[in-house]
Amino acid sequence: MSVPLDAAAPAATADRRPVLELRGVSTHYGLVSVLRDVDMEIFPGEMVCLLGGNASGKTTTLRTILGYVQPSEGQVLLDGEVISGLPTVEIVRRGVSMVPENRRLFGSMTVRENLLLGAYLRTDRAAVEADLERVLETFPRVRERLGQKAGTLSGGEQQMVAMGRALMADPKVLLMDEPSMGLAPVLVEQVFEIIRSIRALGRTIFIVEQNANMALSIADRGYVIQTGQVVLADTAENLLRNPLMREAYLGEL
Amino acid sequence: MLGAVGGFAHGPHAEEGEPRSAAVTTTRVLAVRLRWYERVPWRRVVLVVLGVAIVAVVVVGTMKTLGLPEAQRYTGQNWINFVARGISQGAILAMIAIGYSLVYGILKMINFAHGEVFMAGAFSSLFFADAYARSGFLDRHPVAATLICVAVAVAASVLTAILLERLAYRPLRSAPRLVPLIAAVGASLFLQNAFRGFFGPQPRGYPRPQVLGGQLSILGVPFQRMQVLVFVVAALSIVALTFLVTRTKTGRSMRAVAEDREIASLMGIDVDRTIVVTFAIGGVFAGIAGVLYAMTFEQVQFTMGFRPGIAAFTAAVLGGIGSISGAALGGLLIGLLLNVGPALFLTGFGIPSPFSLRDAFVFLVLVLVLVFRPGGLLGTGEPEKV
Ligand SMILES: Nc1ncnc2c1ncn2[C@@H]1O[C@H](COP(=O)(O)OP(=O)(O)OP(=O)(O)O)[C@@H](O)[C@H]1O
Ligand SMILES: [Mg+2]
Repeated sequence: MSVPLDAAAPAATADRRPVLELRGVSTHYGLVSVLRDVDMEIFPGEMVCLLGGNASGKTTTLRTILGYVQPSEGQVLLDGEVISGLPTVEIVRRGVSMVPENRRLFGSMTVRENLLLGAYLRTDRAAVEADLERVLETFPRVRERLGQKAGTLSGGEQQMVAMGRALMADPKVLLMDEPSMGLAPVLVEQVFEIIRSIRALGRTIFIVEQNANMALSIADRGYVIQTGQVVLADTAENLLRNPLMREAYLGEL
Repeated sequence: MLGAVGGFAHGPHAEEGEPRSAAVTTTRVLAVRLRWYERVPWRRVVLVVLGVAIVAVVVVGTMKTLGLPEAQRYTGQNWINFVARGISQGAILAMIAIGYSLVYGILKMINFAHGEVFMAGAFSSLFFADAYARSGFLDRHPVAATLICVAVAVAASVLTAILLERLAYRPLRSAPRLVPLIAAVGASLFLQNAFRGFFGPQPRGYPRPQVLGGQLSILGVPFQRMQVLVFVVAALSIVALTFLVTRTKTGRSMRAVAEDREIASLMGIDVDRTIVVTFAIGGVFAGIAGVLYAMTFEQVQFTMGFRPGIAAFTAAVLGGIGSISGAALGGLLIGLLLNVGPALFLTGFGIPSPFSLRDAFVFLVLVLVLVFRPGGLLGTGEPEKV
């Protein structure tokens, strides 16, 4: 465990075990090294954001957690058990779910089908129905569109369905990859409002964002990566005040 | 043909992202005054002329056929027979076409060995049908005997389809598109020759229960019993499949894998298993179709998968490959075209044996669809998903 991380972990959670942990993770695409010796921890109930410029390896971090790519070194742990090396389906089964970059809904299927696919692995029908109801309460606009093909929704509506779909898995950790991307400013506000409310339900969230100001305003802690290396790890407040951060990521905002 | 199939999925965007210098060059070339023959869009002209010629042949041929003197004309009953045969063959083609369509939907690949999946089912059930015919079981309990034959054929076809996927296609899944296509052609040849090697090259008689032999009168019109059976079975199984794909969890997982494999696995769907299930369903349909075909023509042979395979593939493309209703519609249309087309369009020209030209019809339709509407009748210009 690196020093800044200990400093960064909020006092309330410092003595608890992280639900998700990356230990010295390096990832390569072929011969190209993308992540280098990355350490991260996410504690239960926390919202942690991952910041970084284009092509810094944010999406790759999430893909490594989900087993789409295998780390060439290091380990990913969920609840203290090593999950790196397992197939994606198994990692999903153990409780990791994601709102993917660009939403990636099943466009030719109805909104309802998309939401139900999120609960594909669950067999507790009653609980799935209850969760569907809860998701529809969180996203009232989605309820009106249940029978509509997901591909015909507006960008903002699609983002809500993508979040609802991920919630339907009832995950231990919810990963989000740039949920505000490609949305009009009004919608960005809305999306962050929704993330805040998801968070209030006690979800553990690990969110990748370009919109550093917004993300830090609702997160507990943040990591900043540059060319695949963690360069900063601190509480959200400290990051917002950090002069290096202000210059590099918060400047124009 | 292969090139065209590989090409239509890429659509018109293939040339995007050209370097800027190329654009500059193009502009300069355009600045030169073109001669008149350089300005004519020859491709379009050829297509339009081709289309007009075909429509003219069809219209003139039909008029000439219908205007033939009484003695040379087909009777009303002749036409009813042609249509009935067309529909029943079309139903069989639709069932085979579904196998092409499902696999294309999920893997974006044409399983050119699917005709042999059909043949393997029909051929394997021959040994049971033969034994039952000799022991008399086939006519004492025709329903039970036929059901066992169907079960054997389905088992053989499913096994063949799954082995194809495992051994020939799965290892090549990340290879360029042409590679699994070549593997499919290889697998097709392998299967044909395996059956020839084990069971001989000659056609072998396939027994049919006597109850299926006669005619059946529907609203006063006599139909072959076998044809009625084929149509009913095909219709029921296509309805069942539609229900499976649109209403069940398995169907949802198939559509999810077809649309976005990576996100399907994020939902927890086992992609490999879903692909196997898809091949297996294609096998079930091929097996049932195999027995229906064998009982209709009362024979099987190691080459029997080839022509129906091509016709069914054409049907799938015509209807819109990837779509189940497309496969059904395409199958019926091709069946009708094969059985009514030659008589209707060609007899009037005095062609001595018009039905010998039916295979040419199939290829003509295939080429025309690929040229004019690559997405198929029910497709949207781009091939539709499952
Ligand atoms: N499948 C792949 N094969 C090879 N290289 C890849 C692959 N995916 C990503 N990369 C490379 O890895 C690097 C990091 O990519 P990644 O998608 O993780 O960045 P990112 O931080 O998510 O960027 P963005 O903010 O643009 O989404 C990039 O240089 C990218 O080109
Ligand atoms: Mg990214």
